[in-house]
Amino acid sequence: MVRLRISSGRTGSHYMAERAASGIGLSRLSNGLFVAPYMLLVFGLLFAPLVLGIWLAFQDYDMLGGWAGGVGLENFENLLDDKIFRGTVRNTIKFVLMTTPAFVALGLFLALALNNSLRRSAILRAIFFGSSVLSVTIVTLIWRLVYLPDRGLLADILSLVSLPSVDLITSQTWALPAIAIVTVWWIIGLPMTLFLAGLQQIPPELYEAAALDNASRWRTLTSITLPSIRRTIIVVAVIEVILQFQLFGQALLITGGGPDNTTRPMVQFIYEAGFRDLQLGFAAAASQVLFALMLIAALAQMWAGRRREG
Amino acid sequence: MAELSLRNVSKRFGAVEVIRDLSLDIPSGEFAVFLGPSGCGKSTLLRMIAGLEAVGSGEIHLGGARIDTMAPGDRGIAMVFQHYALYPHMTVRENMAFGLRNIGTPPAEIERKIADAAEMLEIGELLARKPTQLSGGQRQRVAIGRAIVKQPRAFLFDEPLSNLDAALRSRTRIELARLHQRVSSTMIFVTHDQVEAMTMATRIVVMNQGRIEQVGTPMEIYQRPRTRFVAGFIGAPAMNFLPVTGVTGRGGMAVARLPDGSEVATEVPIGAVKAGATLTLGVRAEHVLPGNGAAAKVDVIERLGERTLVYANLSDGSAVVYDEPGDVQLSVGESVALTIDGAAAHLFGPDGLALHG
Repeated sequence: MVRLRISSGRTGSHYMAERAASGIGLSRLSNGLFVAPYMLLVFGLLFAPLVLGIWLAFQDYDMLGGWAGGVGLENFENLLDDKIFRGTVRNTIKFVLMTTPAFVALGLFLALALNNSLRRSAILRAIFFGSSVLSVTIVTLIWRLVYLPDRGLLADILSLVSLPSVDLITSQTWALPAIAIVTVWWIIGLPMTLFLAGLQQIPPELYEAAALDNASRWRTLTSITLPSIRRTIIVVAVIEVILQFQLFGQALLITGGGPDNTTRPMVQFIYEAGFRDLQLGFAAAASQVLFALMLIAALAQMWAGRRREG
Repeated sequence: MAELSLRNVSKRFGAVEVIRDLSLDIPSGEFAVFLGPSGCGKSTLLRMIAGLEAVGSGEIHLGGARIDTMAPGDRGIAMVFQHYALYPHMTVRENMAFGLRNIGTPPAEIERKIADAAEMLEIGELLARKPTQLSGGQRQRVAIGRAIVKQPRAFLFDEPLSNLDAALRSRTRIELARLHQRVSSTMIFVTHDQVEAMTMATRIVVMNQGRIEQVGTPMEIYQRPRTRFVAGFIGAPAMNFLPVTGVTGRGGMAVARLPDGSEVATEVPIGAVKAGATLTLGVRAEHVLPGNGAAAKVDVIERLGERTLVYANLSDGSAVVYDEPGDVQLSVGESVALTIDGAAAHLFGPDGLALHG
């Protein structure tokens, strides 16, 4: 991730000390006012809900019945016992494992292929990024047409090579990979763009030096390009893990969580527990589990990235 | 025999012709400096020799082999870049080993070559560090070390001193000259700094607008510039140029009359002067002698310590700079009398070429 280092030079601290000594205490308060609007939003919309969510996870809170007091770890125990919830955790982790490597590998491949000043590449970059601006509704609509058994694009392609039509969406094995493909197609633009930005940071002189050093194309990729964008790779992986753990819209609209709950993601479980079954405490506990999983996955990746650097 | 030979090389970027039908031979072991203002094509020429730019037309030969059709790595050259271009994620040792590994040099030999180069450049204690942990001068040495271990036929330097501070720059100049004596390879150095060219080169190639203006040893270039451009580009302060209003012959030599009416007896044969041509007289500051002669008014005084530059205006307004050793007891607006040493003066024709005997 981007790390900012703000160093207060000697002159800076000297200046502050002088100001403090001259007794202009009020100005500190007025300084604070400048950041107040931002801090209000952060506290009101981010920090407070986070704390409230953690608190809710230990309460028996029903939207109809109201608050019925603290219940300790009961919500979490119920989650552990819930077969459907355990299934959603499995599905979500599987989905993250399918999509994140695909985003990194495919995003990098596209960026490498399109990192030049050809007009053709500029058009392709726009096309690959273009799908990211579509709403999930449009994207799932397009792909439902692709996956339509007998009449969809996939069925047409399969029949061209004389293969029988398959119904991915109703297959317990293929429904989740089908959603993964939709997701990669939908937002491959972001990792591609991040990788392009990373590639353009590499000084061209490095490649010239490598050419004079007899480096083959493969050697240049592995010894110059990849090490130079190592941080970008970590950023993309962390961003995608965080994003893909929150799978919801595509699954809800394509399969609704079926068949037999094999594509039901955690967010859908949370949504249903909270807004269909109105059990806010239970839903909040599930949210904390998701939050913990995302945090662990992201930290593990950053740690792995740092370790390799050291 | 020429080690490096450029034959009718040209290059254009779109509609802009950056190198125009250029031919040049550099003998083996020379320290050749391509000198010229920004945009004169000197860097492009170097990059064509390195193979980083394709040759538009013409041929480049190195050590008897045609190299302009080869891949950069196969040409037997090593280059030191302006910004060093060290691989940032590799240690100094890995930076130096990279090229050798790519051509399958045995590890023991790589180690030995790195150790030799590190000793020569005194960077032994830096081998385990990464480029970000080095100072500018140390990076410079590593970049040179990375070139040395390859034992190339020719070293190319692309303005490698421009990122160093003044003190380090002058020290590195001396070290590069010393390095050239030790490795005795052909070296080609690109710069726009005439001091670098004068101090390090065994041969200077002065370039302007994609063409070679003059090739020669530093003192040849300084004392006998072939064109007005070379005369004005080399030397600090720049050579004085004064319009000539008329030429007469005296003892077979041309005597130039200046706008203020004074006369300068040059050693340019009168036969070299075409009748009616518009001429310019060129004379360096050290050949304008104060004491007596044409009247002039002091305009600006620059004290450099070991000498002082005095900018003065002749009675017709034309500006002349001369220098005096040490300090001078003059003030702005004061009158001085100046004589131009005709024996050291140059005459340039309307085409910018120097008139010689």
